[in-house]
Amino acid sequence: MTFDPTVDYPLGTRRPDLVETPSGLALGEVTLEAARSGTLVAADVRATPATLRRQAEVARVAGRRQLADSLGRAAELAGVPDDQLLEIYTALRPGRSTAGELEEWAQRLDGWEAPLTAAFVREAAVAYVDRGLVLD
Amino acid sequence: MSIEGSFLTESPARSSARFASRAARELRRELLVAPLAELGLVAANGPNDPEPELVIENGAVVRMDGRATADFDVIDRFLVGHGLDLEIAAEAMALPDLEIARMLVDVDVARSDVVRLARGLTPAKLARVAGLLDPVELMFALKKLRARRAPANQAHVTNLKESPALLAADAAEASVRGFAELETTVGVARYAPLNAISLLVGSQTGRPGVMTQCAVEERRNLELAINGLVTYAETLSVYGTEQVFVDGDDTPWSKAFLGAAYASRGVKVRFTSGTGSEALMGYSQGMSMLYLEARCISVVRAAGSQGVQNGSISCVALVLSLPGGTRAILAENVIAAWLDLEVASGNDAIASHSAIRKTAKLMGQFLPGTDFVTSGYSVMPRHDNTFGGGNYDADDLDEWLTIQRDWQIDGGIEPVGEAEVTRVRERAARAVQAVFAELGLPSVTDAEVEAATVGYDASDMPDRDRAADVEAADQALERKVSGLDVALALDRQGFDDIARAIVDMQRQRVSADYLQTSAVIDPDGLVRSAVNDPNLYTGPGTGYRLEGARWEALQALPHVVDAAQLGMGGNTVDEVVAVVGEAIAGTDPAEVVIAVGPAFADAIRETINGLDHGDVLAAIIEGAEEAGALPRIVRVRRVADVAFIAHDGAQLSGSGIALGIQSKGTAVIHRADLQPLDNLELFGMAPLYSLESYRAMGQNAAGYALGKRVGPVPTELDNFARAKLIVRTTLLHARETQAVVSGAPPVDLAFARPAAIR
Repeated sequence: MTFDPTVDYPLGTRRPDLVETPSGLALGEVTLEAARSGTLVAADVRATPATLRRQAEVARVAGRRQLADSLGRAAELAGVPDDQLLEIYTALRPGRSTAGELEEWAQRLDGWEAPLTAAFVREAAVAYVDRGLVLD
Repeated sequence: MSIEGSFLTESPARSSARFASRAARELRRELLVAPLAELGLVAANGPNDPEPELVIENGAVVRMDGRATADFDVIDRFLVGHGLDLEIAAEAMALPDLEIARMLVDVDVARSDVVRLARGLTPAKLARVAGLLDPVELMFALKKLRARRAPANQAHVTNLKESPALLAADAAEASVRGFAELETTVGVARYAPLNAISLLVGSQTGRPGVMTQCAVEERRNLELAINGLVTYAETLSVYGTEQVFVDGDDTPWSKAFLGAAYASRGVKVRFTSGTGSEALMGYSQGMSMLYLEARCISVVRAAGSQGVQNGSISCVALVLSLPGGTRAILAENVIAAWLDLEVASGNDAIASHSAIRKTAKLMGQFLPGTDFVTSGYSVMPRHDNTFGGGNYDADDLDEWLTIQRDWQIDGGIEPVGEAEVTRVRERAARAVQAVFAELGLPSVTDAEVEAATVGYDASDMPDRDRAADVEAADQALERKVSGLDVALALDRQGFDDIARAIVDMQRQRVSADYLQTSAVIDPDGLVRSAVNDPNLYTGPGTGYRLEGARWEALQALPHVVDAAQLGMGGNTVDEVVAVVGEAIAGTDPAEVVIAVGPAFADAIRETINGLDHGDVLAAIIEGAEEAGALPRIVRVRRVADVAFIAHDGAQLSGSGIALGIQSKGTAVIHRADLQPLDNLELFGMAPLYSLESYRAMGQNAAGYALGKRVGPVPTELDNFARAKLIVRTTLLHARETQAVVSGAPPVDLAFARPAAIR
């Protein structure tokens, strides 16, 4: 059955068949028993890009464009390594990066298949240059 | 000019004791200031606020709120790029301010319609329209615009010693009391993982599904999130001017990125903003607080946060120093809800020293109901609140619950009895003790568990080795101790149900449903948000109403008493008086009748002050006899009113004098020739009377009978007696009237207590 964002929310209770962990465990397998037996590990307890994209769709059809956009970026960032997330955040803080460095981050994001976030960083770079928030 | 007039103008002010008394009140610790727009010290509708403006040429914005594109700062750019829906903007901006304002309070205009319009409104227009609403209109708009159907509340859980047992116990109590979210923080940053673990364990002990956060620096916060120790964050602050934003070391892009980063790790994200921060940080650009806040909230929405913690928050006392401050704070909550955001509506930082003023401010959010009525109700005494919050705290709980009950309003806190609270506190402290033991963290002692269960605050907690704690916390972070590890530790120690609740919270991270607007989680794991449980209020009979089982639950405060049981005290076994026969008029001029009410010493056995009726009779008789009169006890059965009881008694008295007394203890000295509602002395303060008082009444009645000079019995006045005792008075009087036998003649009574015992 295909996903219908107008009726399939909450996914956890209405469409558990669509939800799985990054390693492919079904939502119903996220249990204490699975943790005891070691089939469920902490690193696997998180939303997949697919789940986050579905949440973005739910937000979009509910009329929340900006939340949907943010969840779309979140879906992309789900695949970005933990330590890199904070590096990008730091680079986006005012006066931390040159325009070139921001472009390098955008290219890395493209490499992580995060085009929406890459565009977001490029857009920031333009604004920062205009407002004097980049390093020379 | 009159002589008095010139005297008044020329003489210095005299010092008045009443002014001095008022000046010494708690309220006067706070400064009130006149508006000073150039410093941003104006609550709303500031003289320098721009006119609402949006010029679109060839599909692009060229001017907004008084600025041309070339002058746009980062906020303007971000709003134009991500916030404004241009296809709606032309229509929305063309509507007159007043027309939009009226739509906000029109029950026949759906929430979805005004929310749609808001997508096309600039910050100046939002502030201008909200500024047109008076406080009651703002409250109505907030009720209509709230995103989630039912209101909820958030708790603060911290303590000065960062005691894990106390954190867990307080988290458990908060959860069992119905808080949907719990927020902790750290005094010492390195404690973060331990505090997050304690909160996680305590919350799931109290009620499965309660969400938790640990407000710390972003890197640490993200680590806690990645490890599954927290489920939400509201540390992402935004500001209304570029300078303050940059001074806060962020831009709209960096904050929006961080929001998405949190969401990617399964963290529900709520931004924070509030009126007054720009003035406090020195760069308000001369704009009003409400206008700048409208910019903040617009950024929050544009950044894609599902919600915002707003309502001035930490600057509340600054905003309240200005005229219209309380109203401006309510207006910012309205703008946030109007922009379709979840609103955690402040009321966490201390707003005023004055309980009256603080609560007057609270009503703006409390009565309409918001997604989280407070951004942090301090479940522990405010002394332990390391957020610097505690506007309402543990000691205020009964007041909060009573006000909910008074207004029939759901403020998100449930009454829970002492037995249940101590049970759940102890269990949570035991659970965290077990987790610390299993995970090799510094042990939590039995003494800590006991103190956390029944103590008042952290000062009752045994001291811990804090150096060992922070070291262990560092290691926990390094070892990536996870929510799953905590669950397994609980499982190994026999806390199977709490372990399962924590695994359920991990499962929520996988489905990510709580990332939607205004999400909270039911005990059975169902996520309720503005998507599947929206506020559809359209006037009376619709929307969330406190009724049914929930209303029953919120009425049932532990100290509510059963009206049927009130006033049933006293010895009801032994006979105090015995009926002799129908009373006839006496002839002895020394006779004083003690006329008792229909239920006296029978269905009712003690006065409202808890005096045994037998003791009262003995005291009156003694007083009358000492003064030389002959007391005679008569029961008036036809009426329960004290004036008529006494007057009927006076008709039967040989001297024409009677002391009438109702079962609750109210008494009157009457004389046969007076009108029934007249009297010689009225003793209406029954709650204050002692046996000595009744003895003096007996003496005075005798004095009147014997023609002596009588000074009135001294009586006291207690203005609170009515508030304190009106319920008991009503119930006692109801029982007295139930004992009335219409038309029945009075009867003589024999006092069962022998004179020797008296």
